[in-house]
Amino acid sequence: MKISVTVNGQVYERDVEPRTLLAYFLREDCGLTGTHVGCDSSSCGCCVVALDGDVPVKSCTMFAVSADGHEVTTVEGLAKGGVLHPIQQAFWDQHGLQCGYCTPGMMMTIYTMLQQYPHPSEQQIREFLSGNLCRCTGYQNIVKAVQQAAETLAASPAQEEVPA
Amino acid sequence: MLPAGFEYVRAATPEEALAALAAHGSDARVLAGGQSLIPAMRFRLAQPAVLVDIGGVGALAYLREDGGFLHVGAMVRDATLERSPLLAKYSLLADCSSVVADPVVRHMGTIVGSLCHNDPAGDWATAALASRAQVVVRGASGERTVDIDEFIVDAFTTAVQDGEMAIEAKFPIPGPRTAGAYEKLERKVGDFATACAAVAVSLGDDGVCTSAGVAIGAVGTTALRVAKAEATLVGQRLTDDVIASAAAEASALADPVGDLRGSVAYKKDMARVLVARALHRALARLEGARA
Amino acid sequence: MSDTAVQRPIGASMKRKEDPRFIQGKGNYIDDVFLPGMLHMAIVHSPYPHATIRNIDASEALKIPGVKAVITGADLVAAGLGWLPTFHGFDKQMVLAVGTAMFQYQEVAAVYAETRAAAADGAEAVQVEYEPLHAVTSPFESAKDETLLRPDREQKTNHIYHWEVGEKDATERALAASDTVVKERMWFQRCHPAPLEPCGCVAHFDAMGRLQFHVTSQAPHVYRTALALVTGIPEDKIHVMAPDIGGGFGNKVPVYPGYVCAIVGALKLGRPVKWIETRTENLTTTGFARDYHMDVEIGATKDGTVTALKVSTTADHGAFDAAADPTKYPSGMMGIVTGSYTFPVAFAQTDAYFTNKAPGGIAYRCSFRVTEASFAIERGMDILADELGIDPAELRSKNFVRKEQFPYNSALGFTYDSGDYQKTLDLALENIGYKQLLAEQAEKRARGELMGIGISTFTEVVGAGPGKHFDILGIKMFDSAEIRIHPTGAGFVRAGTKSQGQGHETTWAQIVGDELGLDPQNIMVEEGDTDTAPYGLGTYASRSTPTAGAAISMAARRIREKARKIAAHLLEVSPDDVEWQDQVFAAKGVPGKTVTMKDVAFAAYTNPGDNEPGLEATYYYDPPNMTFPHGAYIAVVDIDRDTGSVAVRTFLAVDDCGTIINPMIVEGQIHGGLTEGFAIAFMQEIQYDADGNNLNTNFTDYLVPTSLETPHWDTDKTVTPSPHHPIGAKGVGESPNVGSPAAFVNAVVDALSPLGVRHIDMPLTRDKVWRAIHGT
Repeated sequence: MKISVTVNGQVYERDVEPRTLLAYFLREDCGLTGTHVGCDSSSCGCCVVALDGDVPVKSCTMFAVSADGHEVTTVEGLAKGGVLHPIQQAFWDQHGLQCGYCTPGMMMTIYTMLQQYPHPSEQQIREFLSGNLCRCTGYQNIVKAVQQAAETLAASPAQEEVPA
Repeated sequence: MLPAGFEYVRAATPEEALAALAAHGSDARVLAGGQSLIPAMRFRLAQPAVLVDIGGVGALAYLREDGGFLHVGAMVRDATLERSPLLAKYSLLADCSSVVADPVVRHMGTIVGSLCHNDPAGDWATAALASRAQVVVRGASGERTVDIDEFIVDAFTTAVQDGEMAIEAKFPIPGPRTAGAYEKLERKVGDFATACAAVAVSLGDDGVCTSAGVAIGAVGTTALRVAKAEATLVGQRLTDDVIASAAAEASALADPVGDLRGSVAYKKDMARVLVARALHRALARLEGARA
Repeated sequence: MSDTAVQRPIGASMKRKEDPRFIQGKGNYIDDVFLPGMLHMAIVHSPYPHATIRNIDASEALKIPGVKAVITGADLVAAGLGWLPTFHGFDKQMVLAVGTAMFQYQEVAAVYAETRAAAADGAEAVQVEYEPLHAVTSPFESAKDETLLRPDREQKTNHIYHWEVGEKDATERALAASDTVVKERMWFQRCHPAPLEPCGCVAHFDAMGRLQFHVTSQAPHVYRTALALVTGIPEDKIHVMAPDIGGGFGNKVPVYPGYVCAIVGALKLGRPVKWIETRTENLTTTGFARDYHMDVEIGATKDGTVTALKVSTTADHGAFDAAADPTKYPSGMMGIVTGSYTFPVAFAQTDAYFTNKAPGGIAYRCSFRVTEASFAIERGMDILADELGIDPAELRSKNFVRKEQFPYNSALGFTYDSGDYQKTLDLALENIGYKQLLAEQAEKRARGELMGIGISTFTEVVGAGPGKHFDILGIKMFDSAEIRIHPTGAGFVRAGTKSQGQGHETTWAQIVGDELGLDPQNIMVEEGDTDTAPYGLGTYASRSTPTAGAAISMAARRIREKARKIAAHLLEVSPDDVEWQDQVFAAKGVPGKTVTMKDVAFAAYTNPGDNEPGLEATYYYDPPNMTFPHGAYIAVVDIDRDTGSVAVRTFLAVDDCGTIINPMIVEGQIHGGLTEGFAIAFMQEIQYDADGNNLNTNFTDYLVPTSLETPHWDTDKTVTPSPHHPIGAKGVGESPNVGSPAAFVNAVVDALSPLGVRHIDMPLTRDKVWRAIHGT
């Protein structure tokens, strides 16, 4: 089936089987391997992307055909013009990653979270992240990264690209 | 794991969806949020020949109050309900909406989809029973409104027949001096409930209970209405003893399976503990509102 | 003039150099490897825990568009690849089931197809006829030898080995003569490391006939040698590349059947083959951890001085002994079970058995069974404290190895390098406000509230290991480094280890920078490519800093020694008159006459004098001993009587890993390890039912805690350097997994002790705690 999905501002027109999961569409049909697959049961969140700007979605639990005509933002779409997004910078500054496998999904969940809750408490952060698993960090530095990102964004919101 | 292949139909309107369902009968499944169906398909436990995707049916994404009910259209996402200002007076639904699955899954999952999936541990079925909700089902032969007690038939089985689709869930608008609460015991966020309890109680001006909805989930083949608990509460003041009696009825009715989440004895007792906690919390809300 | 206020690289919380690619989604993990013409492989699994395989029919599978081939165990046997030696060397394992399926989900056939989906469809379509046999799911049943599980072995018994260390008779006499003896059976449950990235590989025979093998391997060189031995392909024709790895925790040490099948497929079909396992496959077939049933006996005098320790273990290895232990240590480092205490005499023994479960045993940050040993002794000491009515902190202090006693020869043959156990415990007790907690607990107990305090003062042993004792498949467990400095003072270091998140790209550069007075930002670190990296035994068991870290230091010092000669040439003095002082080369007795390493690096290529040009060195480091990190952990819990829920109110970890290279990285390791220990203590188990069905096959049933369940971790440190390590570092990655489970269990049991509870096996589920409270 022919579909057209806009990913990080670029239109991808592809012919896919309906059963193709969005995660594999992004990785293999669009060549964007930043989105990862870590489990079979929609438990781990390594595959989270943002749908239509602010909706976090586990891309392993969505068919690519359902994303036809929609916009998807992946980790590759966070940095603009070579400048890291405050979330990315915060993960680096706060040692919020070790193996890096959960990191893209974590950051995309946070990207949508901070749009809904720009000033989250630690409890809110831990609640919103509870659909994303990490085995390396114990979450503590990830929480610090979110707090730093929230502060940076509140001080000067990142410039979003205006869709064409 | 990857799903088996299927034919894909994207509906733009409810009519298109129903036409596709009528055409394919038992070969077709509705794809709404997909958060229960797609994992089942990845394990090939479900292998529908046809999927009818209603994700783009904007006409089913309504959330509004009228005619004495909160109407939750089939494509209303859990997260949309969770954040809706309308939920302020629906304390039971507000509690429930914040513990379904996990925060990411809630952005895609739907209330109506959960009711139609009818997992024995489903949160929405339990809340719907206590709320005395109804489900509107539409098919070729027209539209009917089904009380939630009749809608829930068996594990993973509802009153929706082949060729039909649930259009909306309706929750009665709570009267004055009504409050509810939802309690869920889960091993971690995202796990199915070990046990869950939903209550909704209304008090008269004299503090006597005028109506009560009590339901338990994850402790039977479906969510269960604890009618005896309701009967214990109505006509009484909600003292600790009355609440304890009502909660004991939940334990008696619960018929759980022993598994990794807990033994039969444990789950039965948790039904009691959670009903009691939910009732105390609902009562505290009523007293807080009055103060 | 040197600036003594400048932070030296060792000890700096330098931001990680590897992060830019990960935060931009540009990591290169195994599933990111795409080669032209690549096929995908899927595996067919046995639904039966034990069954004769009557027939495998691939005909329907081969009809599916895109499916290219199907192979079975019989095909592999014909090619001489039916069996694979396990790293342990005591056993071999089937690659694909040969005649009999030995555990539920065992690999039975491999399907190769053009797409991932076609391979999955193909695997579903392979028809296998099984004749179920009785499944043995308990090592105790297995020990009876009523059902012989491994007829392929020479000895017709399910008993794999008996291992022992220490003095049996003297220990038993000492126990018999003790005022008090406590005895407890403790089961450290089967669990699984479950890194978020599952295992996988891409195998490809290139135009030169070389096997290009991309694989999630924590030990790439060992894989290369093992593959050469197993396949007969000359070792120079095998190129193993471990890409970025999304978590290892020991799960990515063994060579798995899927890897061999991918290589066979690539050879047979003449195209690259990719195999990426699913989470279900990861949890049901790859290296599990623990499953030790330990009988712990501790003898003591009335006043709490320990007299003897005896630990007898029944080990469940599953269908094959695929535990990746060093050859001489089938039961790993169980000999550390005397822990932090001066037992005058001790005895430990292990008897291991086959069962119809997935193979393995060594994994999940265990330091080769140190997790089991540490759990046994730290639980045992608490039980002893309870029996004697002595405060658990006091009992521990009374029996600690004293600072003056190091290096300390334990009753079970280890020479502990250094430690100051009392100092670490004192710091922990002070930080957490132990006295106030005890007072609060007394108050709460009077009201019937269940509050517990649990202590764990562990000593662990890592850094495998000295060549005279440690080998894997005969290869001694040294490690290596190669350093080359370029003309402009930048350079690289290559090591025989392989980070899976531990931050080597940063910490190895910090060591080089510190030893050579160069900027770590300009020292590139490479690991994982067997064509370029010097031979090493890999990263697991917290061995990297003790072995490769030492090799890096020593290689850098070799460079410094050569550099000194070039510096002498530049300074126009004799090499004996040149000193390395404050990170520069100085002419002795001539203030201000200095040259930097950068000056020397440039000169090495442009003006080396009579010296050999260039500036590089290699070092293969055979450690003289293991290292012995230690710690004091304290957990405070509050238990909900009605539901059995345990809330971890506070957890303090005070670790001593000797010299710390990067405090930020160490702290991150502790957070992560404590979270794994927490998961093991409260919610993780790979359980098989009585019929051999695996009940925890994916993340809905094998539980990984989320940010909401995970407690906040408080950390602190003491620093007792290792006297035998070039920079005094001991390694730390596994300490939190080693030390924390006992702290959690000790806390819960402490909370429940007014109810007469003495021990509960992990995981401490709500149901178990509830039953302990309500006595049902």
